[in-house]
Parts: sequence; C-alpha cells; structure tokens
Amino acid sequence: MACVTNFDDVTVIATESLSKRFPRVTALDRLSVDVGPGVTGLVGANGAGKSTLIKILLGLSPATEGRAEVLGLDVASKGADIRERVGYMPEHDCLPPDVSATEFVVHMARMSGLPPTAARERTADTLRHVGLYEERYRPIGGYSTGMKQRVKLAQALVHDPQLVFLDEPTNGLDPVGRDEMLGLIRRIHTDFGISVLVTSHLLGELERTCDHVVVVDGGKLLRSSSTTDFTQTTTTLAIEVTDTDDHPDGTRAVREALQARGVDVLDGNSGLPGAGHVLLLTAQGEDTYDVVRDVVADLGLGLVRMEQRRHHISEVFTDGDATNDQQRKEAVGHGS
Amino acid sequence: MAVEHPVTAPSGDQTRIHNIGYRSYDGPRLGRAYATRSLYSQSLRGAYGLGRSVKSKVLPMLLFVVMCVPAAIMVAVAVATKADELPVDYTRYAIIMQAVISLYVASQAPQSVSRDLRFKTVPLYFSRPIETADYVRAKFAALASALFVLTAAPLLVLYIGALLAKLDFADQTKGFAQGLVSVALLSLLFAGLGLVIASVTPRRGFGIAAVIAVLTISYGAVSTLQAIADAQNSTGSIPWIGLFSPVTLIDGVQSAFLGSTSAFPGGIGPSNGEGVVYVLVVLGLIAASYGLLMRRYRRVGL
Repeated sequence: MACVTNFDDVTVIATESLSKRFPRVTALDRLSVDVGPGVTGLVGANGAGKSTLIKILLGLSPATEGRAEVLGLDVASKGADIRERVGYMPEHDCLPPDVSATEFVVHMARMSGLPPTAARERTADTLRHVGLYEERYRPIGGYSTGMKQRVKLAQALVHDPQLVFLDEPTNGLDPVGRDEMLGLIRRIHTDFGISVLVTSHLLGELERTCDHVVVVDGGKLLRSSSTTDFTQTTTTLAIEVTDTDDHPDGTRAVREALQARGVDVLDGNSGLPGAGHVLLLTAQGEDTYDVVRDVVADLGLGLVRMEQRRHHISEVFTDGDATNDQQRKEAVGHGS
Repeated sequence: MAVEHPVTAPSGDQTRIHNIGYRSYDGPRLGRAYATRSLYSQSLRGAYGLGRSVKSKVLPMLLFVVMCVPAAIMVAVAVATKADELPVDYTRYAIIMQAVISLYVASQAPQSVSRDLRFKTVPLYFSRPIETADYVRAKFAALASALFVLTAAPLLVLYIGALLAKLDFADQTKGFAQGLVSVALLSLLFAGLGLVIASVTPRRGFGIAAVIAVLTISYGAVSTLQAIADAQNSTGSIPWIGLFSPVTLIDGVQSAFLGSTSAFPGGIGPSNGEGVVYVLVVLGLIAASYGLLMRRYRRVGL
C-alpha cells in the first residue's frame, strides 16, 4: 500500500510506519511516505491526521511507533535542529492584534535565531515578497483575512528555511485571495527555492499548485503520487463541438464515433450551461487527445472546446483500497 | 536562483533598488539560547510597554513613577531637615508600597502570558528551536526582572539621597543591600504567583482580577486576622497567620533575617525558627510556581 515515489534522489521528508495513537483515537496508522523537494500537497478530510503528522515532523509530539526524518534529521532526537531549518504556518489565527506586522515578524525572526540586524532586513524582504507594503507598519488587528494569512506566511519564511509546513493556508480566503495564495505558494518553491508541504482538504486546489500529492485518510496513506500521474491517468476531458449540415447533432455524432473507437464517453454535464452539448470522457494519457482531434476532424466539425475537468477527490478514494467507504464519502463532500 | 547578497549593507534600505529577487540567508543562526534571551528582553521591554502601543505604556510607567515619587520626597525631606536617618527602612519600603506592586503584577503578568495564549501565538514559539522550559524561564525571568526594576529603583533613589544627605555610609549600604535582597525575593515570588494565575486563563480581565484577589485580598485578610489575634492577646499565632499572604511572607522573612522591623501588629515578627519556615515557604512557592508553569505549557502544543 505504501506507494513510495522518489522523484529525486534527495528526500525532504521520510516516514516509516509512523503511528500515533491517543487513548481513544488512532491519528496516524503505519504511515510510510517519502517526500522529495518541491511543492507537496497533503490532502485529507478534517481529522485525517494531517496536523498530527506536522506536529510529529516538527519534533513536538513523539510518535507511538515508527520513525520519521525531516531534511535527513531524526524527529525524535533532532527536533530543535529541524525547527531551526523549517518554517511553520499554523491553520488557526496566531497573530497578536496590537503590534505591527513588522514588529511581529522581526520578533519571530529572532526567535528563529537570526541576529537583530539580519532579522530586520529579512523581515522587510519577506513582507515585500508576500505582498505586504505600507500596511506592514499598522497594527495587525486592522488587517483583512488575506493580509493576516500573508503575515502568517511571512513569519514562516523569514528565517529562510529549507522547508515550510503550511497548514490550510487558503482557509477563509475568497476565490481571488485563494488564487493569490496558491500563486505565492508556487513561488516559494520556484523563486525562493524552499520546499513546501501544504495541507488542504481540497484536492482540486492542490492539484494546480503541487508537484506531488499525498492523500491520507483516517491516519492511513491512501495515495502518494506526482501530480502529473494524477492528470495523466485520471483526467476527465470535457469537449464541445459545433453542428454542421452533414451532422445536425454534432455532439451525438462525436459520441458515436468515439465509442466506435473504444473511448468511454460519459453523459454530458446537465448542470452546466450548454448542457447536452458537452461530452465528458476519461483521458487515458496523451493518446486520447489525439483520438478526439482525429474524430472531430474526420467528421468535419469544429472543436469549440476541449478542457480538463478538475476531478474529484472521490476518484482518489475509489482508486484506493476499499475499506471505510462511507467515511470517505464524507471527505469527498469537500472536493472541489 | 537566489541572488547571493549577504546582508552586509549596514543600513540604507531607502537607497537600495527594490524589487530584487529573493535573497537566501547565509548568515549565522544563533540557536536556542539566543532565542530565549530575545524572548526575555522582548518580554521585559513589554512589561513596561516598550515596543508596544502608547496605550500599553501608560499604566506600567505610571506605576513606576508612583513607586519612585514617595522615595524622592523622603529623600528631599531627609536632606532638608538634615535628619540622621531616612524616614523608612529600605526593607520597609516595598511593604508600604505593596498595593502598587500588586497592581503592577496584576496588569503585567496577564499581558506577558495571557496574550500569547489568547491569540494562540504560543505554537509559533514552539515551532522554533526553543523548548517549553526556555519559554517558561524567559517569561518568569522577564517578569521578575521587571518587578525588580520597579521595586529596586525607589531603593536606589533612597540610597543616593541618603549618601547626598551624608548619612552614615556603612549603615546605609548595609540597609540598601538588605533591601535589595528583600525585593529580589519579592520579585521572584510575585512574578511566579502572577504568572501561574495568569497562565490559567487566556482572558486578560480574569487574569488581572485573579492576581489582585490573590495578592491584595489575601494581604487584607491576613492583616485583619493578625489584628484580631493581637486584640485577643494570642500573639503567638500572629507569625503563623502571616504565612498565608505573599506580602506578609516577605515581611516575615526580612524581619527575621534582614534586620527589618515587622509590619505585623505589635511589631512582632517571626522568631528565627519561624523565620526559617518563612524562607522555606517562599522558596517553595517560587519553585512550585515554576513547576506549575512548566506543567501548564507542556500541555500547550500546536
């Protein structure tokens, strides 16, 4: 079950049958996963064990059994060394309202061991990188949710860590703020060279941001694979075609032609505009795109659109092993 | 990708061209001990409202002034009247001003720890190199130091004034030293009690009320009981009653060992034997406060 994927020789996080049991709940159940550099999404419903995992990885909570390494350091014995090189952005609100972002982040930089001058310089830089400018001198209490999330992110990055844990960074943000935050997370890796472990209960938003996605449920590893694997094997394609004189119902013609060539076509999505004109099909890798193109061209129709539909977390769950189905459905409800 | 610009430029942020790319940090990381010291100095400054809003400076600064003004007046009187000793002993000063000290603890202990709990900043500390013990030690030491500054400053005023008035140097120095030992003990005791009480609740208001209740009301109750005991001529019980409030504890310790006259009714302080009990109780309370704080914060995770 442990699908260990190394896409680089370097491993940033490695766990080996990591378990955490509380008197009444098992938060993590023999979790074995390797995470390489880049942006990694950790997906699971609330209570799936994401926060517990982060706590153990920061060396703050001992595992019941199994072991884990972060940046090659053992979490049980090297907690302080790990915390010096890692940043953490909590899910909940954690900012005092009566100090300015600058003062707060400078203080947090010093708490990470940066000398006073460096702390101030890094704070100015980091706040600018996360998109806080003049407002950084005002007390945090007056900030919007989006700005507070940026301050939280800044305090996690201010000491230039090698890895950051971001716990639900898009929580409470509106769609625009969400997109900006996701863009920022992407930049943390591409521009800053810092690896990221980001948790979410929404697979959809992580897909766009992450190189690699780890899905946990009930403390167990459900799936761990690179995002390209996801899209290559399970992407749903939506296509829409024009009608011509030869084919008054172009959509039906394409469906029949595709079925004749052995491509599964699902019912059109009746909830969307243009219902009945949209065909959904499961893309089995690159070939499917070619088949669609050829079919449409042969029929002499115009291809209005061909787009990837974000697939639901449910598909991951149906791929996984078949226990606890009901519980998973609940998690699925959160899918985008 | 990270452009290597070690942070050498001393200042001149304004003159630098902005929109440079991300710069990685290659400078020193000073680790746990440095972080603990930083937390200590930040908390100590915070206890006087430094680095915080103007509003939060008002009360601690005001109390500081209120503590020092009577000392200055006493000195002025002593110099003007050419008295051969100061109007009050160094050790008595803090006992006389105990209400001000209690108010200071009540206002600053909650701001030191309740804020971190209330705004859930604590997890940010523990996601950094410092450990629970470092956090507790830094906060404890910071509040104790702040209290020491508050209580020792007026003694310093008295001492300098006494020397200006050309009072006996040896006498004054001895009294000043005894006063410093006494307020040091007082600072540790009050800081410990204040922090333990404040760390129980994330609500600042509750913290303030609870600290005042423990420090001031207990003093009032103990003093009343002692007065009743004195009126009923059961003077033997007076020192034992004094064990039940922080202020009378300090009073007892210093009247037994630091040459102070007791503020107890009838001026009957504890004997040397009873004084040992006082010292043990004070040290025990300080240790217990530290232990309770450690326990309190061990449970505060992320």
